[in-house]
Amino acid sequence: MDMSEDILQQAAPGLLPGSGTARAAKPTRLSPSFISWLQAGPMMLVFLAFFLIPLVFVVIVSFWDYNEYQLLPAFSGRGYTDTFEGCIAQLPDLCTIGKTYLKTLKLCFLVWAITLFIGFWVAYFLAFHVKSKTWQMGLSLLCTIPFWTSNVIRMIAWIPLLGRNGLVNSGLVKTGLINHPIEWLLFSEFSVVLALVHLFTFFMVVPIFNSMVRIDKSLIEAAYDAGATGFQTLVNVIIPLAKPGIVIGSIFVITIVMGDFITIGVMGGQQIAAAGKIIETRVNALQFPAAAANAVILLVITFLIITMMSRIVDIKKEL
Amino acid sequence: MKEGRPRSFYVLAIFFAAYVLFLYGPMIAIYVLSFQGPQGGLTFPMNGVSTFWIAKLFQGTGIVDLGAAFRRSLLLGIIVMIVTVVLSVAAGMAFRRRFRAQSVLFYSAIASLIVPSIITSLGISLEFRIIDDLIKAHWNENFETSMGLLTSGLGAHLTWTLPFGLLIMFAIFNRFDPRLEEAARDLGATPWQTFRHVVLPIILPSVIGIGLFGFTLSWDELARSSQAIGAVNTLPLDLQGLTTTVTNPDIYALGTVISAVSFTVITLALGTIHMLNKRQAAKGSDAGKGLV
Repeated sequence: MDMSEDILQQAAPGLLPGSGTARAAKPTRLSPSFISWLQAGPMMLVFLAFFLIPLVFVVIVSFWDYNEYQLLPAFSGRGYTDTFEGCIAQLPDLCTIGKTYLKTLKLCFLVWAITLFIGFWVAYFLAFHVKSKTWQMGLSLLCTIPFWTSNVIRMIAWIPLLGRNGLVNSGLVKTGLINHPIEWLLFSEFSVVLALVHLFTFFMVVPIFNSMVRIDKSLIEAAYDAGATGFQTLVNVIIPLAKPGIVIGSIFVITIVMGDFITIGVMGGQQIAAAGKIIETRVNALQFPAAAANAVILLVITFLIITMMSRIVDIKKEL
Repeated sequence: MKEGRPRSFYVLAIFFAAYVLFLYGPMIAIYVLSFQGPQGGLTFPMNGVSTFWIAKLFQGTGIVDLGAAFRRSLLLGIIVMIVTVVLSVAAGMAFRRRFRAQSVLFYSAIASLIVPSIITSLGISLEFRIIDDLIKAHWNENFETSMGLLTSGLGAHLTWTLPFGLLIMFAIFNRFDPRLEEAARDLGATPWQTFRHVVLPIILPSVIGIGLFGFTLSWDELARSSQAIGAVNTLPLDLQGLTTTVTNPDIYALGTVISAVSFTVITLALGTIHMLNKRQAAKGSDAGKGLV
């Protein structure tokens, strides 16, 4: 009994508050690896049940057959052939899936470039120009708080600003710069990119900032002493040392945008096709194998991008 | 006074200020607009000031059954928060020793963080559909579904919050001094006493941070819930559903109410963290004094 209590305490320290102090100090030796299993096991089980097994099901179901209203558990490549329908016949023109992925990659590239630019300089300012630790904490917090609030609300928040009668349009009309409201401000690719940048620059700032605060300040002084200009120091010292953060931030932003269907849906007025939206559309039509096939394709492409990027940096070493 | 600030400081300070304005400006706009007068529309200018739209939300005559969705989201958020804290602290402790399958867990967490949410969500929904089919085929023909807020929904949220919890634990133990534990052990503390009276008080501010992530990420979660929550909706799902149909400031009122909960939780958590840090700074370590 004593031993089982000990196990429980080690595995889930929150479960038996206070009982340890009252207990007679009788050393019950458990093997350290057994304790580690108990501690890490629950989290592993959650990932197994709600992440790894579901992924396996996605792959399996992508090879099943389907009709209008149900799954048919028999091998079929229909999920994939439906997805790539017309891709060979229409050559050299791109088929629907090709166009959609091209559009997604374009959005992805735009958002990546903009978040990298903003994220890099915000992190640079926080890491090198804000000297006091308190200010550094406070300003980082200021950047983090929106991350703890709802994404949908932060999307909707653009409507009163960018809508046909929104602040931007009415301001521009009043000053006489334009005669008619600009239509492409909202429910367009522009607003999708704007919202994605607005939502996810945070994922760039944090890892880059983390890399930058670890840079030994004397290296930068040394560069200056050796006669490097500010620009040379940036390119030859700071950027190479901040590279792990840049890569990790890029992986976050790229994978988020590749799979996004909510921001693209809401900010694109449900009119813009994207890799994630195909999956949603197929699910809504109850074509699960086709949805799963698209998920597999998206997964493979995302995985390829990450592999390419993690060649540049060892993620595990950087955490 | 501040002699020696380079010009780049001022350029970047303005850049940073613009970024913060970009972050907060639009949000503040909808908080203000949710206090539109009864005749007000979706955009500025304000047509009077009132709490008409917020009151309408709570009367239940409005667009969604706010009360039910609100309670569901709150319940799920609190459970996700507790589970995230307990599992993350436990797993974080495990990672301080080498153990087999360590890298499996690590890469599962990272993968769970970066595999697009829609794929995880679809996978969970397929998993539960297949479980349902099995139950119907073998045990109970009238079985409805095992999908729900606290089964598939909870699991979906945990795949999103646990990686954050684990990464925060890594950050904590990276700068944790193991000599403090050795000292406790040398003085005869049991492993549990060492954890309870030495380790926990020191890491407590960050553990509250994990709780903050757990609750807020669940409270606002959308992409993973979309396919995996079952028949009922959470608050963010209701809100998203409104974006295509609503022409009244209802939607801003709902946004303001959801944000109010987020900001309350953020303030509470940050306040507690601040208090604990001050206490640690003032008293040194709380080790041995207990912190009940």
